[in-house]
Amino acid sequence: MSKHINLTLKVWRQKNQKEKGHFETISAPDISTEMSFLEMLDVVNEKLSLTGKEPIAFDHDCREGICGMCGAVINGRPHGALKGTTLCQLHMRHFNDGDSIAIEPFRAMAFKVIKDLAVDRGAFDQIIQAGGFISVNAGGAQDANALPVAQDKAELAMDAAQCIGCGACVAACPNASAMLFISAKISQLALLPQGRPEAARRALAMVKTMDRLGFGNCGNEAECEAECPKGISISNIARLNREFFKASFGASLK
Amino acid sequence: MLLDGKVPTGPIAEKWDRHRFELKLVNPANKRKFDIIVVGTGLAGGSAAATLGELGYNVKAFCFQDSPRRAHSIAAQGGINAAKNYPNDGDSVWRLFYDTVKGGDFRAREANVHRLAQVSNQIIDHCVAQGIPFARDYGGLLANRSFGGAQVSRTFYARGQTGQQLLLGCYSSLMRQVGAGKVAMFPRREMLDVVIVKGHAKGIVVRNLITGQLERHAADAVVLATGGYGNVFFLSTNAMGCNVTAAYRAYLKGAFFANPCFTQIHPTCIPVHGTYQSKLTLMSESLRNDGRVWVPQKAGEKRAAHQIPESERDYFLERKYPSFGNLVPRDVASRNAKQLCDAGKGVGATGLAVYLDFADAIKRDGRAVIERKYGNLFEMYEKITGEDPYTTPMMIYPAVHYTLGGLWVDYNLMSNVPGLFVIGEANFSDHGANRLGASALMQGLADGYFVLPYTIGGYLAGTPKLNPATSSLEFEESERAVQARINKLLAINGKRTVDDFHRQLGTIMWDYCGMSRNNAGLEKARGLIQTLRSEFWQNVTVPGGEKDFNQSLERAGRVADFMDFAELMVIDARERQESCGGHFNEAYQTPENEALRDDEKFCHVAAWEFKGTGKAPELHKEPLTFENVHLTQRSYK
Repeated sequence: MSKHINLTLKVWRQKNQKEKGHFETISAPDISTEMSFLEMLDVVNEKLSLTGKEPIAFDHDCREGICGMCGAVINGRPHGALKGTTLCQLHMRHFNDGDSIAIEPFRAMAFKVIKDLAVDRGAFDQIIQAGGFISVNAGGAQDANALPVAQDKAELAMDAAQCIGCGACVAACPNASAMLFISAKISQLALLPQGRPEAARRALAMVKTMDRLGFGNCGNEAECEAECPKGISISNIARLNREFFKASFGASLK
Repeated sequence: MLLDGKVPTGPIAEKWDRHRFELKLVNPANKRKFDIIVVGTGLAGGSAAATLGELGYNVKAFCFQDSPRRAHSIAAQGGINAAKNYPNDGDSVWRLFYDTVKGGDFRAREANVHRLAQVSNQIIDHCVAQGIPFARDYGGLLANRSFGGAQVSRTFYARGQTGQQLLLGCYSSLMRQVGAGKVAMFPRREMLDVVIVKGHAKGIVVRNLITGQLERHAADAVVLATGGYGNVFFLSTNAMGCNVTAAYRAYLKGAFFANPCFTQIHPTCIPVHGTYQSKLTLMSESLRNDGRVWVPQKAGEKRAAHQIPESERDYFLERKYPSFGNLVPRDVASRNAKQLCDAGKGVGATGLAVYLDFADAIKRDGRAVIERKYGNLFEMYEKITGEDPYTTPMMIYPAVHYTLGGLWVDYNLMSNVPGLFVIGEANFSDHGANRLGASALMQGLADGYFVLPYTIGGYLAGTPKLNPATSSLEFEESERAVQARINKLLAINGKRTVDDFHRQLGTIMWDYCGMSRNNAGLEKARGLIQTLRSEFWQNVTVPGGEKDFNQSLERAGRVADFMDFAELMVIDARERQESCGGHFNEAYQTPENEALRDDEKFCHVAAWEFKGTGKAPELHKEPLTFENVHLTQRSYK
């Protein structure tokens, strides 16, 4: 059953990386509760376009919670307050008539604002480039079933592999650390036998890159896990720490 | 003109192996002298860019999102096919080949499909080696499930997120090459033209989507892996950014566009819930392994699902197709759902939905098992609709999902424009008129990992190096034309938004070129499209500036191309006087309402050549000969 509600948006507007930004108050009347949050922004943008104003810039693509492109801080919560939900999956039935909604970009030193709500998350690609892979060229692999993987390990690896690289963890963390992001990829590969040969180098390289790019250190706040739309657990961070420690210890012995 | 697919001679099972021997090679030490451009970094483009980098070529890869990991391949859910026959239930390379040709309603190039089946096993091997966390059985070996159009269990999967895991696997490999300096990655770039020098594709012009700057890039070969054109319907399961622009620009520069009217409508998607709807969400075909599709027997039924007793339910797919049941191919399932809804038996507020019910599966296997197999899909459904599929049946309706048409390519995946290669959904070749589930992932990776790296070597080794300069006249003209079009779009200052035009175009296409087509409707649609396009160029408003992050301008360019392309689709649909796969012309159907092919007159690929603005495109045919597969009326009874 759809009803219609009236909302007031306080949206972060910023022309580009160099200019200072500010909050702009925009009214969003007559919003159907069946709409998704981004569909609501589409409707607001249509009106802005028709009245000669610049629409709100925001990243999005799949609108099904899997590509990791969308994301904003809604009333202080990355992707909004609903657990396990990306911004594009958040529907307006979770808001009430008369609500005021603050909408801001993900904020971190390593995520520069491009415009309005869109930020540059290129740092994530750079971290993966440092070690988030298994070095295997196409063509030489053995039969897929030659290496059995215990089902429980496979499930944990899949749990970690679900990270969509959205950056909500960075936005939620008081230190803007990317530890949850790194730990997800490192855990996936550490849990699987294919990932063992490079595990040490991977852990060291990815953490080093994260530090170099301006992300903060982990303070065990667990805000990241609370906000992660894919339910990535901080037990992955514990695993990352073990891998990192093993790798550092091993390196110091050489 | 009759097109030649350049299929090698000899028995089909030997063609690819012999061809790889006969293709010229680029010496390992020489590979670093060649530059290759890859546009689009989804499964096909990402795997191609990574593999070409591994081989030693210099690669420049482009995508319009902020990272290759965002490509819409990531949303594919159900699985990837391969002919491993681990379940020991009768699969083989030959059977996978046969099922795919038959599933495509005998409109694919036989040799390409056999090659696809052949390399399918290597794909799984490579993915496992990359660390992709496929589902496993208790013994630690890979798990399999069934998909539509097959009677064997040949699909490998990672929960309901197989596309995500496969894409992240090839993204990781791509990032390794970027880190190693073999691939230069250019995100936030949209290709707006391909540059032809002396008849060969030697570069592209792109727009930097953040600064608005136009850039020229030169190379020895250009690979387009830019996905499908489903968004011509406005509502589809595609991502918002998916578009036909790169492929269409190549068409304008001389590349033939093949079978554009072959579009696939997926039977199980979440139904439309409002006029502001921005896209449709897919519910994986894998759900049909366990879900049962039904409608109430009575038209206009008002009772809730749980109030309708078994005796008053019509499990119509099981009833009509006893041997395939709920797992009939997509075109068959979609048409059946539509026919029943048209007859007034649909459910939900709009009457445009059928039930996909898991009650029996949950009773049989327990909720925990169903949750492990489909957990994320059920969650996704609940987030969007607010209903719980564990306790009430899902409501689903067909939606545009995949496009089988695309740029024409030969056996080497090269278009008729030398040096222009097309892979993945962007090309037309392997699926015919209908694609089986779990085969898109297979094709994208086959093209990128195991086919293109060989065939592009053959072209590079056999073609004199041109080393075109980006300052050359061809690049200059290209950039000028791109700039002029941008200026034009920004200067119109009309009264209707881009999305408003796009929505209207989508409605025309869905109504007249969707699940069911007829000659009068297609002719009418052509007129409607021309009128709408004319109005677009006079009345669209594109706010904002050019040298800026301007998403309205991005969308304007894409919709402008859709306005042109839509007309090509209806021309193609009108030309094909038969029904096959997803192209259903009401005048050609069997007494049981299935697609009726005309193999005598239409067993060919329809490849269209651009002849100039306002002029009709010219049709070229590639005759399809089936030496190994027996042409039959497809039956899934």
